[in-house]
Amino acid sequence: MTSQAASSPQTLPPPTERFTVLGWVYKNLFSNWYNTLLTFIALGLAYALLKPFLTWLFEQADWEVVQVNFRLLMVGQYPKEEMWRIWLCLHLLAAVVGLSWGVWVRGHLYLALGLLLVPVLLAFLPSASATIRLNLLTMDMVALLAYGFGRLGKNSLRRFAAWSWVAYLLLVILIVRGAAPIAERLPVVPSGLWGGLLLTFLLTMTGIVLSFPLGILLALGRRSQLPAIRWVSVGYIEVIRGVPLVTILFMAATMVPFFLPSGARPDLVLRAVVGITLFSAAYLAENVRGGLQAIPHGQYEAAYALGLNGFQTMTRIILPQALRIVIPVLLGQFIALFKDTTLVVTIGLLELLGIARSVLAQPQYISYQREIYLFVAVVFWIFCYFMSYISQRLELALGTGKR
Amino acid sequence: MNLSSISQQNPGYEEDVIIICRDVHKWFGNFQALRGISMEVRKGEVVVIFGPSGSGKSTFIRTLNRLEEHQKGQIIIDGIELTRDVRNIEQVRMETGMVFQQFNLFPHLTVIQNITLAPIHVRKWHKDKAEEVAKQLLERVGIPEQAQKYPAQLSGGQQQRVAIARALAMQPKIMLFDEPTSALDPEMIKEVLDVMIELARSGMTMLVVTHEMGFAKGVASRMYFFDQGLIVESGTPEDIFTRPQEDRTKLFLSQILTH
Repeated sequence: MTSQAASSPQTLPPPTERFTVLGWVYKNLFSNWYNTLLTFIALGLAYALLKPFLTWLFEQADWEVVQVNFRLLMVGQYPKEEMWRIWLCLHLLAAVVGLSWGVWVRGHLYLALGLLLVPVLLAFLPSASATIRLNLLTMDMVALLAYGFGRLGKNSLRRFAAWSWVAYLLLVILIVRGAAPIAERLPVVPSGLWGGLLLTFLLTMTGIVLSFPLGILLALGRRSQLPAIRWVSVGYIEVIRGVPLVTILFMAATMVPFFLPSGARPDLVLRAVVGITLFSAAYLAENVRGGLQAIPHGQYEAAYALGLNGFQTMTRIILPQALRIVIPVLLGQFIALFKDTTLVVTIGLLELLGIARSVLAQPQYISYQREIYLFVAVVFWIFCYFMSYISQRLELALGTGKR
Repeated sequence: MNLSSISQQNPGYEEDVIIICRDVHKWFGNFQALRGISMEVRKGEVVVIFGPSGSGKSTFIRTLNRLEEHQKGQIIIDGIELTRDVRNIEQVRMETGMVFQQFNLFPHLTVIQNITLAPIHVRKWHKDKAEEVAKQLLERVGIPEQAQKYPAQLSGGQQQRVAIARALAMQPKIMLFDEPTSALDPEMIKEVLDVMIELARSGMTMLVVTHEMGFAKGVASRMYFFDQGLIVESGTPEDIFTRPQEDRTKLFLSQILTH
């Protein structure tokens, strides 16, 4: 090995092409007469199509409807004097994200700065109140502190950081809902008052967290050697996948009460969560099954040969690899779930889109359809794109697709 | 270890028998892979099994730790009979280490985690003890500096040596090797064979499915020639190489030794 290195052949740098904007424009848009013609036609078409939209956006659109109803769009009828709880949740989120960033993420400085900049920019919006500004800025401080903490602890905090997410989700539900035993601190806010983006998030989060273990169990069940378990899993997955989510939501809204003692009326949000979870679990199971099938049989054999039992083999060897493979797919599924929560409108819950429609139902805002739907679309797009971006980064970091 | 090396010098002791197979049969659907294999192996013996592809040699070695279930006959490992009883199977698997043709390392774990996983979770050792043992084993197979790497970062020969260390970490009484060098590039075969030779000389009971005839000549106590699910011929390496009795053995040896 060493003797060859001494006489290794000389290497040349790869050929490079200098990049200039003008050069690119010429090469791609005006390289010959028909390309030039096509460029102009395309420009004309784009102008004709975009002009009405842009004129409306910059000259006619009136965003007052969003400003006036902003709180409604964000949290629905959530009582104003309990708003600090929502801020508490957001601060906790900043802490958990900051901690996880410190523990796991290396590099990605610009992404981190971009994320920190979001609250700062929001704080500078002219319509933001002093409380909002203060809260947004302290969120950044909390995130930075948590980041420093995570960075110092690093490896010893890995487990803690992972569990902090689970704890966070439980805490959020407790804080938002409140509880009867601690009513003087956290009076119960009935779920009928939750709404807007808050409700969208709560439905998405609980849907993801609850359907995850259920989906994994179904995926394992479908591959089980015991016929009873296998057929129950297959039946469940195929039935749920064959039914639209709207139908399942209607069923959940009307049928969940049958399974509870008479007189108990579970709230509508809980029923929606049950419906979304059952629906999402079936799809998640199929995605996880895809990951399981990608694991070579030799991995099972090696684990068994070492004396690991079936449970240890699954949890230590097979699932960690299978889930890693399907993380990008699962994130895609969660994006879809996030958007699908708008369907709870059909059972009378007012999440972001539902609130938007209820605002439009007021006579004075009846002509503001375009503004408010565009606002809702942009909000959805921001969060979906963010999740999609994370999934792409994860795909790169985990090296799936290569190997 | 000491006991087994003594037994090697006194091969008459019946109580030293650690593997007993009596008339083992195995079918895959209608295809009969094993047609009545009987074999006894004493502690410290190194048994080499060879034969053409499809002869059942891999299937046989995999029945010894129940990666394949035999459908007829009897297999007793260190006094434990392999039956459907899961406790027996797990007991036998703890006492037998296995090395695979394709290494089968766990790609999501580092080298040291690959080695310590089973001692920690099956033998219930403390993590520190398991890591101590793992480091000694990595030293023994000659790659102590690779402990924190992932399997994909190692060469094939290094991966197979990690696989051997991983199997040894459970302190097995028997080591099974299923064509351990067949998937390796030629220049890496020697580093793996060296480890196996050292292991054989230390008194480990080994069953090795291989076509490395140099290894067999060097350390095998006995050799078995398999064909079509049967033991065609067995004997010491000297018997097999210098005076094979069966035509099929002669033909096969001439095919693998002439090129």
